[in-house]
Amino acid sequence: MSSNADIYHEMIIDYSRNPINYGKIENPDVTFHDSNPLCGDSIDIDIKINDEKVSDIKFHGKGCAICMACSSVLTEIAKGKGIDEVRNITKQDVLSELGLEHLQAVRIKCALLSLKVLKSALYSYLGKHMKDSQDVDKLKEEADSLY
Amino acid sequence: MQSTQTSFQNLRKDFPILQRIVRDNKTLVYLDNASTTQKPDQVINAIADYYKNHNANIHRAVYALAEEATSLYESTRDKIANFINIQNREEIIFVRGTTEAINLVAYAWGRTHITNDDIIVTTEYEHHSNIVPWQLLTQEKNAKLEYIGMDDNGELLLDELDKYLATGKVKLVTFSLMSNVLGTITDAEKIISKCKEYGVLTLVDGAQAVPHMNVDIEKLGCDFFAFSGHKMLGPTGIGVLWARKSVLQTMNPFHGGGDMIREVHKYETTWNDLPYKFEAGTPNIADVIGFGAAIDYLTKIGMDNVREHEIELTNYAIEKLSKINGLTIYGTKDMSKRGGVISFNFADVHPHDVAQIIDEEGIAVRSGHHCAQVLMERLNVAATSRASFYIYNTKEEVDSLINSLNKVARIFKL
Repeated sequence: MSSNADIYHEMIIDYSRNPINYGKIENPDVTFHDSNPLCGDSIDIDIKINDEKVSDIKFHGKGCAICMACSSVLTEIAKGKGIDEVRNITKQDVLSELGLEHLQAVRIKCALLSLKVLKSALYSYLGKHMKDSQDVDKLKEEADSLY
Repeated sequence: MQSTQTSFQNLRKDFPILQRIVRDNKTLVYLDNASTTQKPDQVINAIADYYKNHNANIHRAVYALAEEATSLYESTRDKIANFINIQNREEIIFVRGTTEAINLVAYAWGRTHITNDDIIVTTEYEHHSNIVPWQLLTQEKNAKLEYIGMDDNGELLLDELDKYLATGKVKLVTFSLMSNVLGTITDAEKIISKCKEYGVLTLVDGAQAVPHMNVDIEKLGCDFFAFSGHKMLGPTGIGVLWARKSVLQTMNPFHGGGDMIREVHKYETTWNDLPYKFEAGTPNIADVIGFGAAIDYLTKIGMDNVREHEIELTNYAIEKLSKINGLTIYGTKDMSKRGGVISFNFADVHPHDVAQIIDEEGIAVRSGHHCAQVLMERLNVAATSRASFYIYNTKEEVDSLINSLNKVARIFKL
């Protein structure tokens, strides 16, 4: 990737202009909010969980094109998957979907804010619904150390 | 006018960094001067000269080097006194920067003078450094923090101040002389004269004003004044708190340690004279000396010329930016009330995306909330892009900014 501006390819612009899964869910099973203190990007994710699966997921908030595109892609990946599968989504899963593997350090937080919110949301949900707190704590650590 | 611009163009050779090639073979266009300015050879050399030839601790030893270092350090205090018209040099306290200056007041003055139900008034367009220290203080003391609001033109609604003053509970009014986001120049004389009627102290954050216009502390009549060296060609890590002697005498020290004492016994200590009572420990000697060189440099140019140059550039930029479809400029267009700071948003493109795309052209602008989230809320935006000018910027650089924004429009299909 020769130029940093190459990250603004068609897919990013499209997703940022017309984000997927954008909005709120009525009576979500879990909702979580976080923001990026550096730039003020701010994301909320609402999740509906049925039979240990993410039956619906939506996000809303303010963010740059990278943040919006990654939130779209992440919610697409998570939708319909089992909680365990969603727990295992990695940053590479999100970045590679949009060709952002070489994103410069200063923008990585834009790309991964929604993943952090998703992992924290699951942590919050599992904390309430599961008994193995040690296992749940690992998820919190993982969310906190994403970037 | 041509000659003014030409002489400013000649200054560029003093700034080695302006020759830098960045990104894909682009010459640096540095438009983030409200954040920090670049440094001329004169400043860099003064710091190097201190370390190469005069390095010693100050105020103590009697040998030659220590005497030279002390004299160089103290000469900056005199230069500052001349530069912004301060009568008593002992009222000038060296600190790390504006943030530390304000925290010093909040701690050393606030802890003594603020009690239950007192009110501290600030404004909606303050930098976080003039909000958070007051939140900490008022929370600790169970006092109140109130805000003077702002109109849609980016000017303060000063009638709101009357309402607060009328309560009789206001102890301090604190405001920036120039907004770091909107460039609005505050009507300081009006605020200070209102406060004086009620015997209320005033703190002026001069971080954005002192580098760009003539400031006269004596005429201003405030009680505290803070600014930073690095926003006016000087090094980072050095700034000034000025405070009226009669106020400083009512304050306890900020930090305890060396240099701020007269006599230390096992269980009691007496304080050194002003300003040393507030300068504990070995200070930032090298950068104070570098700051002195920066003040010499600006004095030689003349602050009225600096202001004139920036007005011309800002007018030129606002005129060009206004012609771009979908571009919103925040703040007043009345240049008598505005410094060389332009915050803008381009259609629905996030400022981070704008900054990244124009960075490819070598152009450095700031994007984000500019440490002014209260103001961002008031403007109802998450962030803005901000271009801010200084003595070495040119109209050609403004043209480069305009061209690069056309690239943003292309990529985002505006």
